[in-house]
This record gives sequence, structure tokens and C-alpha cells, in this order.
Amino acid sequence: MSSSSITRATLAKDIRLEWRSKDAINSMLFFALLVVVIFSFSFDPVAEESRRIAGGLIWVAFLFAAVVALNQTWARELRNSVLDAYRVSPAPPNALFVAKALGNFIFVCVLEALMAPLFTVFYNLRPLGPAWQLLPVAILGTWALVVNGTFFAAISIHTRSREVMLPLLLFPITIPALLAMVQATNAILIGQESARFWIVLLLTYDVVFTIACLLLFETVMCAE
Amino acid sequence: MKYLYAAYTATWIIHLSYLGILTARYRRLKREMRALETKP
Amino acid sequence: MKKAFPILAIFTLPLLGYAFYEAMFVAPADQMQGEVYRIIYYHVPSAWTAFIFFFINFVASIVFLIRRNPKADAVAVAAAEVGVVFCTVVLVTGPLWARPVWGIWWTWDIRLTSTLVLWLIYVSYLILRRFSQGDQMPVLASALAVFGALDMPLVYFSIWFFRTQHPQPVIGGGGSIDPRMLHVWLLNWAAFLCYGLLIFWASYRLENLKRELEETQSLESMLEAPRFR
Repeated sequence: MSSSSITRATLAKDIRLEWRSKDAINSMLFFALLVVVIFSFSFDPVAEESRRIAGGLIWVAFLFAAVVALNQTWARELRNSVLDAYRVSPAPPNALFVAKALGNFIFVCVLEALMAPLFTVFYNLRPLGPAWQLLPVAILGTWALVVNGTFFAAISIHTRSREVMLPLLLFPITIPALLAMVQATNAILIGQESARFWIVLLLTYDVVFTIACLLLFETVMCAE
Repeated sequence: MKYLYAAYTATWIIHLSYLGILTARYRRLKREMRALETKP
Repeated sequence: MKKAFPILAIFTLPLLGYAFYEAMFVAPADQMQGEVYRIIYYHVPSAWTAFIFFFINFVASIVFLIRRNPKADAVAVAAAEVGVVFCTVVLVTGPLWARPVWGIWWTWDIRLTSTLVLWLIYVSYLILRRFSQGDQMPVLASALAVFGALDMPLVYFSIWFFRTQHPQPVIGGGGSIDPRMLHVWLLNWAAFLCYGLLIFWASYRLENLKRELEETQSLESMLEAPRFR
């Protein structure tokens, strides 16, 4: 079995399972919606102000929602001893990691696509800068969250308070990526500065940590 | 300048707290080692 | 090796005392800031010392991942603890200096912010070590340490750009340094480095002791288990 066929098979299985149960998507959606509503109580979304803080609010909402999805990434595998089976099989562990990360990536992207119109409505957003740039920001930013999130989720299954451990490990490491995502979104919405530096930083972050995750995942997965 | 004194005091409080943690760890280890030795 | 520890201890204490004396009384008062600037004689050397220990942790973690030598892991955890202690000093003395000088407790400037992120990363490392059990925990922790170290240049760079876009007061000042001040600075750094090495050594030895104890305990329980005849 080749690496890519394993990846495709695992990814297809995860998507199929998710499509049937819609567990992760529903909880993510509801969580993100709650965060949006609660934040809008604290910040009155009058047009000018809201453009300045919207970037931060959006990404915080997506970050928390992504953590909801990431927490259950490995839960299914643990329950059915899939990880043990994987360890003894000759299949390359990276194929599993890529499949999981891609699956999470797709789920969070679906969430973002569903939430984006809601944010536009709630905060009266109208990007004054080049709106197309929001797409690379969203893609690179989501991958940054998901790739490290999937890796740390694999680490936290070996710990006592699993659900708490994941955000605790993830948030500090993700700070540069979060800063970049928020600043890029703000720059595009306000339209006064260029988001280019932040997009390049996100790309660098993604490359560095994707390589690090691929190099170290086998070590982490084979840990007891 | 009370900030100056506060800063120096805080520094040493932090260092002494860590020394305290190390000492407590050492005492606990010594206790467990003694327990092992006295077991038949 | 064991004899060096008390020798270092005897050497360090007076060095710390002398460095303190120099910082408080010998170094000339700053023109603009007055006496309160003397905080930097503790603040900056602590920062340098913390960075050194975090670097030691990074190297030890990599060595452990490659060789799986338990002593390397003991070095890693001891270095992380000492690093966090010194980093805490930096984060506490920083605002205590900023308040009288700049009028604000905190600013999201490059140095303070990246030090805060560094502190957060290594505290999360120590929490991971405490919350996970099993003999594979050092492996996971080392992976996290590597990630943390890889992250730091990105953290610094991102905040640097953020701050060049939104300039704010830089805590740490610029300008030329009076050579007498540099002398006191380096003296305090040497003193804190020696002190850091002392507590690192103590922590490292305690960690090794704990490991030996755990091994002995598990051997004992194995021997006590009923054997089938």
C-alpha cells in the first residue's frame, strides 16, 4: 500500500463518518456562533470600529471552534484500537497524520465558509482592501492551526486531562500564526496597509511546522 | 525608589521559592528512599 | 565532579553579593531615569541567563530524541525549570521598571512580548511533563521543546514587524552604554550565571535521584508480585 493511497483511504473514511454523524461540524458551528454573539455584546459593531477589531474576533471564534474539532480527532481511533493496529502495520505513520490533518482542515474550512456570511452580517463588514487576499489568509491560517493542532492532539492523548492539554500546548506555539492571521485580516478589512508580509509569514510558519510535524509524528505516535 | 526595592525583593522571592521547591522535592525523595530501605 | 558543587556554591554567594553592591552603589546614576534604572542590572542578566538555559533545553531535547539517553532528558527538564525561574524574574522586574520610567505597566513591545511567549511555551512544556505519565513522556516533551524552539524566531519576527507597523515605547532603551555600567552588567550576569548553574545542577541531580528511586521501586514491586510455581 502506498502512502498516498493510505492517506486517501483514511481521509475518505473520516469524511464519510463525519458526513453521516455531523458531530464535529455541528458542535463547531454552534460554538463559533456562540462566540460571535457573546463578543458582539461586548463590542458594539458600529461600522468603523468593527472593521478594526473584526479580524481578531473572527480568528478567535475559529480558533476555539477548531479546538473543538481537534479534540475529537484521535478519540475515535483510540476507542477502536486503531492506533495500535497502525503501529504494528508497515504503513507509514505520516500517511495517517496527513489524512487526519487534511480531514480537520476540510472541516474547519467548511466551518469558515459557513460562518463568513454570518460575520459579514453581524459586523457589517465590507473589506476596503483587496478582498481576494482573504482566501490565502484563510487557507494558510487554517492549515497553521490544524497542522499543529493535529500533532498536539496526538501528544495530549497520552496525558491526564486531554481536553485541557490541547489548547494549553497549542495556543502559545500558535501565537505568531495568530498574530499574522489577525493582522492580515485587519489589514485587508481596513485597507490601509498591505497584508503581504503577514501572508509570507504564514506561509513560512506553515512550511516550518508541517516539516516538523512530519518529522516527529512517527516518534509521537509510537510513544506509549 | 520603592520600585527598585520591589524589583530586587521580587527577584529573590522568586529564586528562594524555587530553592524551596527543590528542597521539598529532596525531602520527599529522601523519605521514600528511607521507606524502601526499611522494607523487609 | 561532586566536589565542584560546594566550591561553586562558596564562590557564587559572595559573587552575587558583590554584584549587588556594585549594582546598587558603585554604578553611576542614570541621567534621565535616576536610581530606578538599576533594576536592569537584574532584569537584563536574568533574560540572558534564561535564554541560555532554554537553549540548553533545546539541545538536550534533540540529543534525547536521537539517542534516548535518560540523562539528556534530565538535563532538559532541569534546564527548562531554571529557565522558567529566570524568565519569571524578567517578566516581573520588567513592568516594575516600566511603570516609574514610562508610566505604564506593560506594553506589547518586541522584547516583553516575545519573553512572555517564551515563558508560556516553556510553562506549557513543564505542565505537559507533569500531566503525562509513562516512560514515553520525555519523548513527547522533547518533541514539544523542539517545536517551541523552532517557534521562537517566528515569534520574534512577527512581533517585530507588528511593532514596526505600530510603534510604541521600547522598554529597554537604546543609546550608548557607559562603560562602567557595562562592567556592572557583565558582573551581574556572571553572578546569575553561576547561580543558575548551581540550581540547575541541584535540579539535575534531584531528577536523576528520582529516576533511580522509581526504578528501584518498580523492581521491588516486581519482586513482591506472586510468582507462579
